[in-house]
Amino acid sequence: MEVTPFYIESYVSIKESSITFNGKNVFCTETKDLQLFLKEAYKARISNYPKFHKMDGLSQLALLASECILKPESHSSINKNTALIFANHASSLETDRKHQSSISDKNNYYPSPSVFVYTLPNICLGEISIKNQLHTENCFLVMPNFSAKDFLIQTNYLLKSGKAEKVLCGWVNLDANNYEAFLYLVSNTGAIKHNETEILELYTK
Amino acid sequence: MSLQLELKEKIIELLNLEDIAVEDIDNSDALFGDGLGLDSIDALELIVMLDKDYGIKLTNPNDGKAIFQSIDVLANYIKTHRTK
Repeated sequence: MEVTPFYIESYVSIKESSITFNGKNVFCTETKDLQLFLKEAYKARISNYPKFHKMDGLSQLALLASECILKPESHSSINKNTALIFANHASSLETDRKHQSSISDKNNYYPSPSVFVYTLPNICLGEISIKNQLHTENCFLVMPNFSAKDFLIQTNYLLKSGKAEKVLCGWVNLDANNYEAFLYLVSNTGAIKHNETEILELYTK
Repeated sequence: MSLQLELKEKIIELLNLEDIAVEDIDNSDALFGDGLGLDSIDALELIVMLDKDYGIKLTNPNDGKAIFQSIDVLANYIKTHRTK
């Protein structure tokens, strides 16, 4: 296994109506409904970004998780040289279905522009970049399962080549009411070694 | 219900203006820029709404700039051009 001088600074996980940051629960609700959960979590963790309500579920999930990890405190500032590497399994399927339903009836053909713009999974990276004024490298991979190895390779390349000082990695998947987000921030400081074993352990926690 | 009120309700719901209520929108408020702060995607959504709900087809999206000035201007345009 490749040994690197990089570390995982922090990590966040969103699933089953709760948010955990560095292993500690920071938000949870009773609701099983994703939209309700996202609304409540937005009020608790972001609250001053109305554009959030215009996003699709995948972008809301990604933005919510990114805010938790990039700005754990209200006064936190982020390193603007932070690249983004995200991946999932379902791509933008949830929004694709919504768009499909709006164009399936030829006699009632009114596709929504605000739905259509989210029919690509990497749009969520744009939302995170806009919110945090990031002009950095980013990529969104679609893969069958969470792959610590793929994240590791991409992240180490960006850090070793000096293309970024930090890399925010994220697995953000949404399909119907099934959702999960797991994000971790990698740089040259931190307590957790950046390797496949540690990444997998944090993901499966 | 007045057309102005109908439009305010439609715009809030259609554009997901979660933190805005009907009473927050004045009939003469600018919808774009410093007013409600709508963006270009919102403009496209309003163009689709005109077609779907009032049978008005805007063939030139640039016309929206004048039509979407305010609730009053939009209501007057709909009253004049609606086909349903």
